[in-house]
Amino acid sequence: MKKRSLLFPILVLVTTLVFISRLFFLQIIQHNPKEVSLTSSTIKRIYTYPERGFVFDRNQKLMVANEQTYDVKVIPNEVEPFDTLEFCQLLKIDKDYLNYKIKRAKRYSRWLPSVFLSQLAKEDYAYLQEKIHKYKGFSIQRKSLRHYPHQSAANILGYVNEVNEELAKKNPYYEQGELVGTQGIEKEYESLLRGTKGVAYKLRDRLNKVIGPYKDGMYDSIPTPGNDLTLSIDLELQKYGELLMTNKRGGIVAIEPNSGEILALVTAPSYDPNLMVGRKKSKNSVILFNDSINKPMIDRGLQAQYAPGSPFKLIQGLIGLQEKIITPKTSFYCHHGYRYGNAKHNFMGCHCDIVNRPIDLRLGIAKSCNSYFSNVYKRLIEKYPTAQEGVDKWANHLHSFGLGNYLGYDLPSGKKGHIPSAAFYDRYYPRKNWRYSTTISNAIGQGEIITTPIQLANMIAAIANRGYFYTPHVLKKIDGKTINTKKYTTKHQTTVDASHFDPVIEGMHDVYKTGTAKHVQIKELDICGKTGTVQNYIRKNGVKYNLADHSIFVAFAPKENPKIALAVFVENGGYGSTIAAPIASLLIEKYVLGTHTLAWWENKMIHTSLEKEYQKQLSIKNLEVAKK
Amino acid sequence: MNIYSAASSENHHEIFDFATRYGKQIIWIGLSFVICVFLLFIESSFYEKFAAYIYLFCMLLLAGLFVIGKNINGATSWYAIGSFSLQPTEFAKTGTILALARLLNERKFSFAPLINKVKTFVIITIPAILITLQPDPGSALVYISFILLFYKEGLHPSILIIGTGAIALFLATLVFGYVYVIAGILLLTLLILFYLIKIRKKSLRFEWPKILGILLTIIGYIYSVYYVFNYVFKQRHRDRFNILLGLSNDTKNIGYNTYQSIKTIASGGFWGKGFLQGDRTQGKFVPEQDTDYIFSTIGEEWGFWGSALTILLFMTFILRIIYLAEQQKTKFSSVYGYGVACVFFFHVLINIAMVIGLFPTIGIPLPFFSYGGSSLWGFTMLLFIFIKLDASKNYEL
Repeated sequence: MKKRSLLFPILVLVTTLVFISRLFFLQIIQHNPKEVSLTSSTIKRIYTYPERGFVFDRNQKLMVANEQTYDVKVIPNEVEPFDTLEFCQLLKIDKDYLNYKIKRAKRYSRWLPSVFLSQLAKEDYAYLQEKIHKYKGFSIQRKSLRHYPHQSAANILGYVNEVNEELAKKNPYYEQGELVGTQGIEKEYESLLRGTKGVAYKLRDRLNKVIGPYKDGMYDSIPTPGNDLTLSIDLELQKYGELLMTNKRGGIVAIEPNSGEILALVTAPSYDPNLMVGRKKSKNSVILFNDSINKPMIDRGLQAQYAPGSPFKLIQGLIGLQEKIITPKTSFYCHHGYRYGNAKHNFMGCHCDIVNRPIDLRLGIAKSCNSYFSNVYKRLIEKYPTAQEGVDKWANHLHSFGLGNYLGYDLPSGKKGHIPSAAFYDRYYPRKNWRYSTTISNAIGQGEIITTPIQLANMIAAIANRGYFYTPHVLKKIDGKTINTKKYTTKHQTTVDASHFDPVIEGMHDVYKTGTAKHVQIKELDICGKTGTVQNYIRKNGVKYNLADHSIFVAFAPKENPKIALAVFVENGGYGSTIAAPIASLLIEKYVLGTHTLAWWENKMIHTSLEKEYQKQLSIKNLEVAKK
Repeated sequence: MNIYSAASSENHHEIFDFATRYGKQIIWIGLSFVICVFLLFIESSFYEKFAAYIYLFCMLLLAGLFVIGKNINGATSWYAIGSFSLQPTEFAKTGTILALARLLNERKFSFAPLINKVKTFVIITIPAILITLQPDPGSALVYISFILLFYKEGLHPSILIIGTGAIALFLATLVFGYVYVIAGILLLTLLILFYLIKIRKKSLRFEWPKILGILLTIIGYIYSVYYVFNYVFKQRHRDRFNILLGLSNDTKNIGYNTYQSIKTIASGGFWGKGFLQGDRTQGKFVPEQDTDYIFSTIGEEWGFWGSALTILLFMTFILRIIYLAEQQKTKFSSVYGYGVACVFFFHVLINIAMVIGLFPTIGIPLPFFSYGGSSLWGFTMLLFIFIKLDASKNYEL
């Protein structure tokens, strides 16, 4: 009998043990402290969004502002029968849209608001606001949109998008449907522009209804407004550049040499930034992104890669001087070209037309003599025991000018360009029997070299500075305070000594005085420049077709204490002197002097259209086959 | 006494969480004190003398439900009196225990004669059936707990063993499927026979019909479990078992209660979130949290230490009742006390096991914690009749 009465107490003890170990498992082992935190499903976060920061140009002209729009939202469970006809008329929608949207909102959630109609026009909002009380379950939510008081600089400013699922997962700051900068400045300086959203934590019940503040609002925060940014861009110069590039394709990059600030970054064709705002955005972005002929969403100033052509001779001369294989006095003869081999086609033509006298460095630059720089290149490569070593040495100098790599500027798009190395050629010539003559095109900026306009502009800035450059950038001030970022105040010294620059700069000056840009010189200003004309082809089905040459011009001014260095690149514009040089002169005059002496050229440039040339490229039938 | 006051004072705390219902519960608690005093004033011999009538009265109340009962949540278990409603199910337990105590108190009572087995069986089956018909099968299950009482009072342990075995086989069939369980049983039988014949050298010549009979009964039982589960049970019953046995993973529909309840308890951690700070409680994420799932509130707001302490208090309380029951001088008080302990234990076991996800969802209240006047009164009566019996043991023979 005694034994039997033990069973019950034992059962009680066992149960106690089981329960407590289960509780231990649940509350100690499985307990996840994070779940208690503010992300718990029982807590609703209500955000207050600060206004996005404004953007100004270097002269405090407004570039980006905000505009208020209004979204109509609906909570399906709170909707009561209403006058659908009047409602549709108010919102200028049809009944199908109404039914469709309400069905979708119901599918999303019956308890939560979903967007019924986004970005209501201001006039519609005024009418609706008076009558919205009649429509239970519908509400109006204010929303801030970007607004651009001008039509320029879309490529610099970028645009904002709604946060998608992917980003919301990746970055816990964002929630789906919020706005986030996705291109240009909006992306690069997103964290400055957006500010910090304010958040109020609310307790909610199982139906998601708010039942009160969480811990009496202990963790709530108020929003901090976004920072206003001042860019180094000169809006007037930017607009002027865009005007001059009308009906052309290409890019212009202008840099202030003594600070690295980007004054203008033109890409053509571009688009009106107001297209990428509001309700029309999705339609427009499809059109813009799908335009594979004009490619308006590509920033040609940063992303287009071209062979640099003749402006490359400047740096070739500098390397020659630094490597001490030439002096400013060293001269070569030109025989309408340069012969680098015995075969008949081993000949590079030249247009300098100086056959009766020796050509020195200054004249070689002024007249853009191919033979001169081929000789320099030959001496450079042959200075070292092997061509490999020579090319690497040469590439090393080029890298110091910022070529062949991203420059580190503060815009989110770009290309590396390409400076060939010995390893690169070894890959193509596995027997490693290549010589200077194999790569002779490099001497005049063709061949395997490719650069982006901003790299060229930066190279010219380094020449203007006589041997150093600052990382190009577009940000100048944050909330009116000049930035002091180490990255943008560090001098990047090139491998060429300052003393070697004068003969090259004199040559560039001669380009304006006596050379290929003589026709667009400005008497009051000492401009230094260099034209470039780059042959280019397309290949279709293994056949090479000639295209019109790219027109290139690089320049800086004034000669002493330069204020602006720029590179102009016009696709298929022909000679460097016909299109790129006038554009560069016009921009320089406007920026440095503010005068307007080249009115004739301005008119001509605005009205020069290359559309015919671009049309021609659409079909190979119109193109001539390149000579071997 | 201390334990009761400790338990019921915690009751106050929990009740404060439910602004809409806690006021009502305070009234119930106030009235329950009146009942206590009333019960304590009644002569203790009254209970013994009138046990049978109390039992009959309770049964009549249960039966009366079918005539004038009020239907709440699909079960006709309530008498509505104004805005309050009473659930006689809770009082039937008291009546049944009193009747059992009275029966077992008879001189020379023994479970050996079949008539006595039948008598006890009938006493507990009548309320169980009446309650099942309401339908409230969860509350009817409580009557199973009296098997512990009977065992202690001399019922042959085979019933206990068969009962436990039946439950084990039932669960095994659900988890592994009847084919495997039958195969396992056959294998086990072969091993036992092998052991008996070869090693113990026993002759089983005359035992074969018995062995075959047992084996066939077991196999029949297993198959019937399979059959009943799949063809007689309703889908909601099946779902509950499936979730509990880990056979299906469902956090949205059927498993929602259990999932939310476990989540809520786990979110409490060691120290809990503090009184009234449980955001999952405040958000009413757990259904029926003020009644059957009240323990999850303790888990969330008071954490591991609070819920473990609650369990320890309950178990100490039950052990104390068992101890006191053993100390009783009269068989009547002893049996009654033991019965009370059985009921409390069963409620605590089923309820907490359900809330912490060890048992399937069976809706029975946690004594003194869950909202509900009838259950509070029911447990108060159970307890205070025993206290009265205990207090008067010294004067009686």
